[in-house]
Amino acid sequence: MIHLVKRPQPSRFWTAVTPILAVLLTMVVGGFMFAALGKPPLEAIRTIFWDPLFHEQFAAYSRPQLLIKAGPLILIAIGLSIGFRAGIWNIGAEGQYIMGAIAGAGVGLAFYPMESFIIFPLMVIAGALGGWAWGMIPAVLKTKFGTNEILVSLMLVYVAESVLASVSSGLLKNPDGMGFPGSRNLQQYDSAANLEIIPNTGMHWGVVAAFVAVIFAYVLLTRHIRGFHIQLAGQAPRAARFAGVRPARIILFCLGLSGALAGMAGLFEVAGPSGQITIDFNSGYGFTAIIVAFLGRLHPVGILLAGLLMALTYIGGELAQLMLGLPGASIQLFQGMLLFFLLATDVFTNYRIRFGQGEAA
Amino acid sequence: MKRRTLLASAAFAATLGTAALAQDTTKACFVYVGPIGDGGWTYQHHQGALAVKEAYGDKVEIAWQESVPEGADAERVLTQMALSGCDIIFTTSFGYMDATNSVAAKFPNIKFEHSTGYKREHPNVSTYNARFYEGRAVVGHIAGKMTQTNKIGYIASFPIPEVIMGINSYYHHAKKVNPDVELVVTWAYTWFDPAKEADAARAMLDQGVDVITAHTDSTAPLAEIAKQDGKAWGFGQASDMATFMTNDDGTPGPRVASIIDEWSPYYVKRVGALMDGTYEQVDSWAGMPEGEVVIGEMNDAIPADVKAEAQAMIDAITAGEYHPFTGPINKADGSPWLAEGETASDGDLLGMGFYIEGITAEIPN
Repeated sequence: MIHLVKRPQPSRFWTAVTPILAVLLTMVVGGFMFAALGKPPLEAIRTIFWDPLFHEQFAAYSRPQLLIKAGPLILIAIGLSIGFRAGIWNIGAEGQYIMGAIAGAGVGLAFYPMESFIIFPLMVIAGALGGWAWGMIPAVLKTKFGTNEILVSLMLVYVAESVLASVSSGLLKNPDGMGFPGSRNLQQYDSAANLEIIPNTGMHWGVVAAFVAVIFAYVLLTRHIRGFHIQLAGQAPRAARFAGVRPARIILFCLGLSGALAGMAGLFEVAGPSGQITIDFNSGYGFTAIIVAFLGRLHPVGILLAGLLMALTYIGGELAQLMLGLPGASIQLFQGMLLFFLLATDVFTNYRIRFGQGEAA
Repeated sequence: MKRRTLLASAAFAATLGTAALAQDTTKACFVYVGPIGDGGWTYQHHQGALAVKEAYGDKVEIAWQESVPEGADAERVLTQMALSGCDIIFTTSFGYMDATNSVAAKFPNIKFEHSTGYKREHPNVSTYNARFYEGRAVVGHIAGKMTQTNKIGYIASFPIPEVIMGINSYYHHAKKVNPDVELVVTWAYTWFDPAKEADAARAMLDQGVDVITAHTDSTAPLAEIAKQDGKAWGFGQASDMATFMTNDDGTPGPRVASIIDEWSPYYVKRVGALMDGTYEQVDSWAGMPEGEVVIGEMNDAIPADVKAEAQAMIDAITAGEYHPFTGPINKADGSPWLAEGETASDGDLLGMGFYIEGITAEIPN
C-alpha cells in the first residue's frame, strides 16, 4: 500500500524541484502525443524549447520576441500572485487588461495628432487607473456585500469584452478606417507609441515595467510589513486579525494592485506590439498569467522564469506548427499539460509518500 | 548530396537574412484566424491551400498556422514564416491588415496577400476579396419567393461596408420578386459565436421571420431553423453546410442553398504567377465569373420554377450580363442612388454606409 503522509511543513526541496519535474513530464507525455499524431517527438520538443533560442535562422528574431511575449504575462502574474498569497482570487485580470488598454489608448487617441513627450506617461497612468478601477469593482463588492471575488471578477471579463467590441466599432473607431471596426494604429503615432527602447532587443517599456514589478514584489514580500500582512492574511486569517490586519484593506490593496498592473500590461501591449484597439484585441494574457503565477510558485523570481518559459512554449509552439505541421490544438494541450503536471507533482511538496503498512494518520 | 545542398542553402539563407531556401520549390504559406476544422471561413481558405498543392504537386510546398490571434501575435507569426522560407504568404483575415503591411516592409522579396483588407502600403502587398454580394442577390431572390410570412431575416456581424452591401443586395432581390417583403436585421457583433448566432436566429423566428441568411460563419442558425419543422428556411454561409441539406427522413432540410467562398482559383492563379514570373501586385475583387463565389446545390424545398430563376440569375451574373446593383435604386432616405440602368461603381460598394430604400432599420454606430 502507498500512503500519503502530510508533511509538518511544505518541503523546500520539492518546492524547487516540482516545476522542473513538471516540465520534464510534459516533455515526455507531450512527446508521446506528438508521436501519436505521427510527428517526430524529439524534433517537436526541440523545436519548441530549443529553436526559439538557438536556431540559426530564427533565434535572432525570436529571442527578443520572448521578452515581448513574456512581459505582459510577468507583469500581470506578479499582481495576481500577491493577491493569491493573501487568499484573494482575482480571476478577471483579462478584463482589467482590456479596460487598461481602452483607457490608455483612449487618452492617447484624444490627443491625436498632437505630439508631446507628456502623452505616453499620461497613457500609462490612464492604463493603470483603468485596470485599477475594473479591479476595484469586485473589491468593493466583496468588502461591502461579501460577494465572491472569483465570480465577480470573472464575469467582468465578459463585460469588458463587450465594452471592447463597442468602443472599437464606435467611440475609438479610426475615422479614416473606411467604416471598419478598430482604432488608429498607435505604432504610427510617435508620441503614443511604445517602441523598443533599444532596437531589436524586444525591450519596450512594458518589459521594463515587468522587471521593476518583479523587484518591487520581492521587496514588498520580504522586507515590508504590508507584505507580511498579506502573507499572514492568506496563511492564518484569524491570527492576522489578532495582529491588527484589517481584511478589507488587504482586499482593496490586492485587487487594486493586480488590476493596475494588468491595466498597465494592456496599455503597453496596445501602444506597442499590438498597436490597435480591435474587437479581438485581448488574446488571453490575463488567463495565461494565472498559470504563470502558479508555475512560478507565487514567488517573484519564479514568476519571472515561468513567464519566460511560457513565452518559450508559445513561440516554440508556433514554430512547431509552421515547421512540422503540428495542429494548433496540440500546442494548447501541451501548455495545459504543464499546469496539470505542476499541480499533480505538487503533492510531493505537502505530502510524503510512504510505502508498506503505514499507521493511520 | 541532397542533404548537403539543403544545409548549404540554409546557411546561405541565414547569412543573407532572407528567406530564399530552395529555388526549385515555391513555398506558399497561410495564416488562419480560426481552426481549419471550423467548417466555415478558415476551412474554405484551407481548401484553397490544398488546391494549390494539388495543382502544382512537388513544385510547391505549403505550410500554415491556424488560430492565430489578430494583432501582435500575427506580426510574429508572419515574421517567422518569412524567416522560414515562405515565398508567398496569404493572410486570411481582415485583422491581419496592419501586421501584413509592417512585416512586408521588412521582407521586400516575399509576396504578401491580404484577404478582405484595403491597405497596400508596399509593392509586395496585394489584397484580394470576393464579390459576396453576388451570392446574396441569388439567395435574396429565393428568400423573396419562399417566404410565407413576408418577413425575411439577416444575421449581421459588424456594420462595415461588406456586410451592409450584403444586406442591401439580399433585400433588393427579395423585394424585386415580392413587393410586400419586410427585412429584419439582427447584429450579432461576432463572426463566429454559435450561441449568439442561435439567439439571433431564435429571436427572428419568434418575430415571424421564416427565411434567414447569416453573415456569421457557424451552423447554429441552421440548427435553430431546423427546429421549425419545415416552416422556416436558411442558407449555408462561407461553406456549403451540406449536412443541413437533407433531413434524416429524406425530406429537404432547412438549408435550401448556400453561398460558398471558393478561394482555390485565386490561390492557384497567384502561386502559379509567382512560379512563372508573371506575378504583379493586384487589388483583386472577383466573383461568380471567376468561380470565387459559388451557390451550393439547391435542395427540393425550393419550387422548380424558383430554382430555374435562381439559376438564370447565376448564369447572367457569371456571364457578366447582370450586375446585382442595377438602378433604379434609391437610398433609404429616399434620395436617388442609381438611375435607371446604371450600375454601382466598386468605390460606392466598398464604402457603402447606407441602406437602400425600403429597409426601415437603422445602421448602428
